[in-house]
Amino acid sequence: MIELKHISKIFPTADGEFQALTDVDLTIPTGDIFGIVGMSGAGKSTLVRCINLLERPTTGQVLIDGLLDESGKAVDLCTLSPAQLRKARRGISMIFQQFNLLMQRTCLDNICFPMEIAGVNKAKARERARELLDTVGLPDKADAYPSQLSGGQKQRIAIARALASNPKILLCDEATSALDPTTTRSILRLIQDINRRLGITVVVITHEMAVVEEICTHVAILEHGHMVETGSVAEVFSNPKTEAGRRLVYPEGVQIDQLPPAGVVRIAFNGGSSYEPLIASLAIDCGVKVNILGADTRNVNGQAFGTMLLGLPEDQNEAAKAMNYLKAQKDVTVEEVRDYHG
Amino acid sequence: MAEFLAFLGPDAAEEVQYLISNVPFAIWETLYSTVLATLFAYIIGLPLGVLLVVGEEGGVLPLPKALMTVLNVVVNLLRSVPFLILMVVVFPLSRVLLGTSIGTKATIVPLFIAAFPFVARLVEASIREMDRGIIEAAQSMGCSPFQIITKVILPECVPSLLTGFATAFVTILSYGAMSGAIGGGGLGAMALNRGYTRHQNIVLWGAVILLVILVQIFQTIGTRLAVGLDRRLSDKGGKKRGRKAAMKKIKQDRRIPDGM
Repeated sequence: MIELKHISKIFPTADGEFQALTDVDLTIPTGDIFGIVGMSGAGKSTLVRCINLLERPTTGQVLIDGLLDESGKAVDLCTLSPAQLRKARRGISMIFQQFNLLMQRTCLDNICFPMEIAGVNKAKARERARELLDTVGLPDKADAYPSQLSGGQKQRIAIARALASNPKILLCDEATSALDPTTTRSILRLIQDINRRLGITVVVITHEMAVVEEICTHVAILEHGHMVETGSVAEVFSNPKTEAGRRLVYPEGVQIDQLPPAGVVRIAFNGGSSYEPLIASLAIDCGVKVNILGADTRNVNGQAFGTMLLGLPEDQNEAAKAMNYLKAQKDVTVEEVRDYHG
Repeated sequence: MAEFLAFLGPDAAEEVQYLISNVPFAIWETLYSTVLATLFAYIIGLPLGVLLVVGEEGGVLPLPKALMTVLNVVVNLLRSVPFLILMVVVFPLSRVLLGTSIGTKATIVPLFIAAFPFVARLVEASIREMDRGIIEAAQSMGCSPFQIITKVILPECVPSLLTGFATAFVTILSYGAMSGAIGGGGLGAMALNRGYTRHQNIVLWGAVILLVILVQIFQTIGTRLAVGLDRRLSDKGGKKRGRKAAMKKIKQDRRIPDGM
């Protein structure tokens, strides 16, 4: 379990102090995929760097269990000596938007690097690195240099490198933001697979709600350095309680105060075929007409992504019919929207 | 042939004879003083250059501010003394270290003192170019500052450091040519003492042309090595672009006022 308690971070700048984080409390359960979302500049990257102390919080505690010994007792990373902290960091891996691979080393040597640091026997490290190359699906890239790989392949090597130290936690700092939507999906699948098979707790930092929707179980919303909302993804997405939450969850341009008082659903397209006209077939198959209140969808290589807000008919029967129809669709998630007036 | 030599001057034959018999030794003297001065300059300059970056506030190995100020002031002070003056000023030091203050060996001392701050700045510039994200990744894996320097910063900067090395070597070589003024040997001394002082133009130009050729050879080797070893440039076009970029960087380095 990762527990952040009263985390504040103040950066001294030329024109005074900048408060990047204010009193953030966060609990991330073991084995979870936890999303932290927010607009750029909300403090997401600073917050994730507080977990492995790449940024030292100005005040607050970072409690993580099982890093230094197997007793399971949580330690406050902020109280560790530099040597202890380095040891603790081997249990917390991180992947980055820009991959940050060693450009002068082959992929295999990149994956060996964390083991080299930890003093693992070289032959053993190479063997393990080859296993990891298989895990991330790039067994033939052992002797390639990072410059010869595509962005998605680089991130796979970075993930293999992150797994080399057998971490308990994987931090993903905008890990898919430099990738195209199709590659993003395959990387997210890989991260999800790793989480399920190895039980590694994953913390995902992103500004894309689609990423959270796709793999996260819990989510926290950060705005101007404050944690404004947290809960399960289903909870937050169907019923965002704060202005910031609504801005992130609803399609762009929706006038929240002009929505009807009830019967609104939010549907998210998760890469199903964009050639199936969902709304039209709903009208034809069920005879129910729905009102599109707002939409932000994209067609990527024939796959539909994005979200839509629909107004259901006032008739309860018709509304239920429409809900059931929508819920039966593949690659579409449907949530009823409640309390959006705050 | 004889007619052509006569056309060049009354003592042309004698000058050519002198060149042929003395050039090999002059090249040897030039090379060995340059190589030794560069070697010593890197022994001090490389760690110093690394410290100038990692010792900064927010660096990998933050050092006390006062120490960093001292290092920077020493580097700047040494770099601002003209080499001709420096050669004379370090006479006593050369005498202590080598027992003599004149001759080819003695020129190594001022060359080293002028070169190591220059080398430190070149190394500093190379390391500053590096992507900070890679260092952050290394830190996140639990690397110690020493591991980051030896396993991340230096290996990642090899191409850029080699380009800097070629620049340093060539600059030290051309500065070494001034050592003729304090009784040193080599091609520079030959051009100065024989060629210029005795108006032996063939000796003067012969020595100068050889110096230019030496510089070209080492610069080319350095650039090719830097590009060849850079794993960021894989395809052929990349190599070509890389060589161009390296040459551009060298030209920028050479634009540093009065070299060292």
